[in-house]
Amino acid sequence: MKFILHIWRQANPQAKGFFEKHELEVEAESSFLEMLDALNERLITLGKEAIVFDHDCREGICGSCSLVINGEPHGRHRATTTCQQYMRDYQDQNELWIEPWRATAFPVIKDLMVDRSAFDRIIQAGGYIPVRTGAAPEANTQPVAKPVADKAFDAATCIGCGACVAVCPNASATLFIAAKVSHLSSLPQGQLDHKRPAKMLAKMEAEGFGSCSNYRECERVCPKQIRTDTIVTMNKLLYQS
Amino acid sequence: MTEEQPLDSFSPKGPLEQRWTQHKYNLRVVSPANRKRYRVIVVGTGLAGASAAASLAEMGYQVKTFCYQDSPRRAHSIAAQGGINAAKNYHNDGDSVWRLFYDMIKGGDFRARESNVFRLAELSTSIIDQAVAQGVPFAREYSGYLANRSFGGAQVSRTFYARGQTGQQLLLGAYQAMSRQVAEGHIEHFSRCEMQDLIKIDGKAKGIVVRDLLTGELSSHLADCVVLCTGGYGNAFYLSTNAKGCNTSAIWRAHKHGALFANPCFTQIHPTCIPQHGELQSKLTLMSESLRNDGRIWAPKNPADCGRDPREIPEQDRDYFLERMYPAFGNLVPRDIASRAVKHICDDGRGVGHEINGQKLGVYLDFADAIKEQGADVINEKYGNLFDMYQRITSEDPTQQPMRIYPAVHYTMGGLWVDYNLMTSVDGLFAGGEANFSDHGANRLGASALMQGLADGYFILPTTVSDYLARQTPLEDKDYPEVQQAMNYSQSRLDRLLNAPEPKQTPDYFHRRLGKILWDHCGMARNEFDLKQAIEDIQQLREQFWREIKVSGNDKQLNQTLERAGRVADFMELGELMCIDALSREESCGCHARVEHLTANGEVQRHDNDFGFVSAWQFTGDVVQPKLVKEPLHFDFVSPGIRNYQ
Ligand SMILES: Cc1cc2nc3c(=O)[nH]c(=O)nc-3n(C[C@H](O)[C@H](O)[C@H](O)COP(=O)(O)OP(=O)(O)OC[C@H]3O[C@@H](n4cnc5c(N)ncnc54)[C@H](O)[C@@H]3O)c2cc1C
Ligand code: SF4
Ligand code: FES
Repeated sequence: MKFILHIWRQANPQAKGFFEKHELEVEAESSFLEMLDALNERLITLGKEAIVFDHDCREGICGSCSLVINGEPHGRHRATTTCQQYMRDYQDQNELWIEPWRATAFPVIKDLMVDRSAFDRIIQAGGYIPVRTGAAPEANTQPVAKPVADKAFDAATCIGCGACVAVCPNASATLFIAAKVSHLSSLPQGQLDHKRPAKMLAKMEAEGFGSCSNYRECERVCPKQIRTDTIVTMNKLLYQS
Repeated sequence: MTEEQPLDSFSPKGPLEQRWTQHKYNLRVVSPANRKRYRVIVVGTGLAGASAAASLAEMGYQVKTFCYQDSPRRAHSIAAQGGINAAKNYHNDGDSVWRLFYDMIKGGDFRARESNVFRLAELSTSIIDQAVAQGVPFAREYSGYLANRSFGGAQVSRTFYARGQTGQQLLLGAYQAMSRQVAEGHIEHFSRCEMQDLIKIDGKAKGIVVRDLLTGELSSHLADCVVLCTGGYGNAFYLSTNAKGCNTSAIWRAHKHGALFANPCFTQIHPTCIPQHGELQSKLTLMSESLRNDGRIWAPKNPADCGRDPREIPEQDRDYFLERMYPAFGNLVPRDIASRAVKHICDDGRGVGHEINGQKLGVYLDFADAIKEQGADVINEKYGNLFDMYQRITSEDPTQQPMRIYPAVHYTMGGLWVDYNLMTSVDGLFAGGEANFSDHGANRLGASALMQGLADGYFILPTTVSDYLARQTPLEDKDYPEVQQAMNYSQSRLDRLLNAPEPKQTPDYFHRRLGKILWDHCGMARNEFDLKQAIEDIQQLREQFWREIKVSGNDKQLNQTLERAGRVADFMELGELMCIDALSREESCGCHARVEHLTANGEVQRHDNDFGFVSAWQFTGDVVQPKLVKEPLHFDFVSPGIRNYQ
């Protein structure tokens, strides 16, 4: 398969970026990132700087990879991270525009890599259950109804990739926060901290993310299918406290 | 290779079940008021590092942490799927600390330390308590109590899991605990920083040099001790189930500063991975071992059937070879045994799927019977996310046709040698998690790495590091010549990578070639001739590497090509040590199958009298001539038998 690629290049956060054009022949079985690897091999051999992008596990779980492909965060295949996109899915689109996440709170570092450390700071603001090591009671002393545990698990699968922010017209991190709040606050162990949603949302605002006005685009692009009903759960807790 | 005094692990003596309790009592503690005067560096914030850092910070020490990803939440522990063992005996099926201990010692083919393994089994139950209290959403039964499943190498159900994302949930628990300490100011964390060198002052580990991956800047950090939790080195093989960034650099630097490297050739090849499909593939993906609970592994009896649609091959023409060869454990035999059986079938010309170098490399893992018996919903509930992942990669639906699987490099049992306190042979340098060699012997049982990493981090290191600190006076802040030396060394290494005399080939080019040498000669079957050849090949490749490595860009900026080149350079040296180790261990045990030492029916044959020891390698100043130091293994509570899973 032959592709025409327009790839965002930006030397540093202050620099002005631009699309660089490349043409490349790849196999249908190649993953999206393997295609970029192949391109980088060529660039390095020519003595040019390789295209910078975040990636690590390449199996859809670490949340590192983060490309906007033809306008869609994580590409066209639903419920899938960038690293799990395969070129066979793009047989009918031979021209691809590849960009980084775009949001004020996620400044571009270089080329396709952005700074998502704001997510860490939001977690530090209250995304945990404060239990000391070694001080925990026997695990089965507190049963948790299966539907409750399952719901907590579904919310807990968020990989912190930031696609929800990248797609949101307000660049809001509400889905990311709601996922953590629903996970922790629906479990009996996590119910004590009533201020969790308020603390995390205040941090979100301070970090420069926008607020939620129910576009629900986030739910559509989330690779882990975190649902906006987590936002409903969070809002309930917010008004209760 | 010469020999010297045997190594002492400082394991406590006495009844096994009292050793850790007694040892803890004998260790020193630092009074709460004094703890803030001590500084600890933790490199790596995966399960082991994040849990250690959170616990040490809670105690009141000043902790600095480092990782190469952009957040601790992305460490490769995140990818662990199947589960974590604990001897809770919730199923009342006869499990106990003793049974878990025995399963691990036997699973490791009697090449692990009794004291360590027992301690791990003992701590396993507290880990589950800790995780549940932190909000880890483990699977539950309808009763509301925690659910368990069985895993390879065990006949009881003791594996706790969070669907197919156990590692993710445990890591997020540790990450959140750590985040709380960052917020409270007890941990100063540095993401996107890679350790370049260890700083030793007066023979003791007192700091590290790191490179800020965003700016390229080198900086030094000092502390009263250093803890390395930097994960495994399976990426030496290029293709593995590890993340792209997993590396050996931190522990290799430590090795070059005198830390012994134990059992480097013990690498686990996991039987159920998605087979390779092409030459330019960048990594392999694991399909959790838990699938072997319900999936049946088979290959066509007749090579002529290998190209056929598997659904059309009648029952009598299928060979359910694990069930046939190991009736007692069936599809749940330990990993090394399953992997070798799969290789054997493919070498026999009965493999299926894509051809790589003229051989079909794959066998079937079939859920048709399980779906018939339990219903598609039940099977989907258990394995849905794994099926999705498989389908995403192969575009085949495992509920409609059998999966294809083949073994892949997955885990490294070898690592820095540590004593019972998890301290390496460098004073003040500790190692936890996959980075050390501690508890898995020659083969790790499924669901026991998460357990080990968390036992190290939450329970063992906080205790033993405290004991060490209690014996130190806090390091004075002043100029130490050793710091400048380490900085200079790190800089010169970067310069060398950037200025090869005949720059031609990319880091990946060399990495792929190294990987192929190791996979072919130091993989699932090893022999003297091939290992000697591999050592020669690696030496030549390494020479070519330093002559022809081509890195574009410079070192004063974000440069992923330079990062990769640095990691490959270290794998080039470690790879040779892996082969030297495999060559010197003239027996078979666990994952290490020397074809000269197999029984008539192909099972591994240990030689306990000659090789009942841990091989710990010392750097002598010349990578091609490491020195072997032995730690004899004593079995006072179990008697090493033939590992029989039939
Ligand atoms: C696909 C897969 C599935 C698995 N499934 C299971 C399972 O079901 N059950 C089980 O028990 N085990 C499983 N394992 C094994 C287990 O996940 C790992 O052994 C374990 O998580 C390792 O944890 P760790 O903390 O030692 O290392 P990691 O989680 O790999 O963390 C390493 C840390 O070190 C940092 N680091 C590395 N190098 C440097 C450097 N040079 N400088 C600075 N920082 C550095 C990294 O940034 C990271 O923070 C699985 C492994 C894989 C690959
Ligand atoms: S909610 Fe979904 S899109 Fe947002 S960070 Fe989490 S996984 Fe990514
Ligand atoms: S690289 Fe880890 S999720 Fe894509």
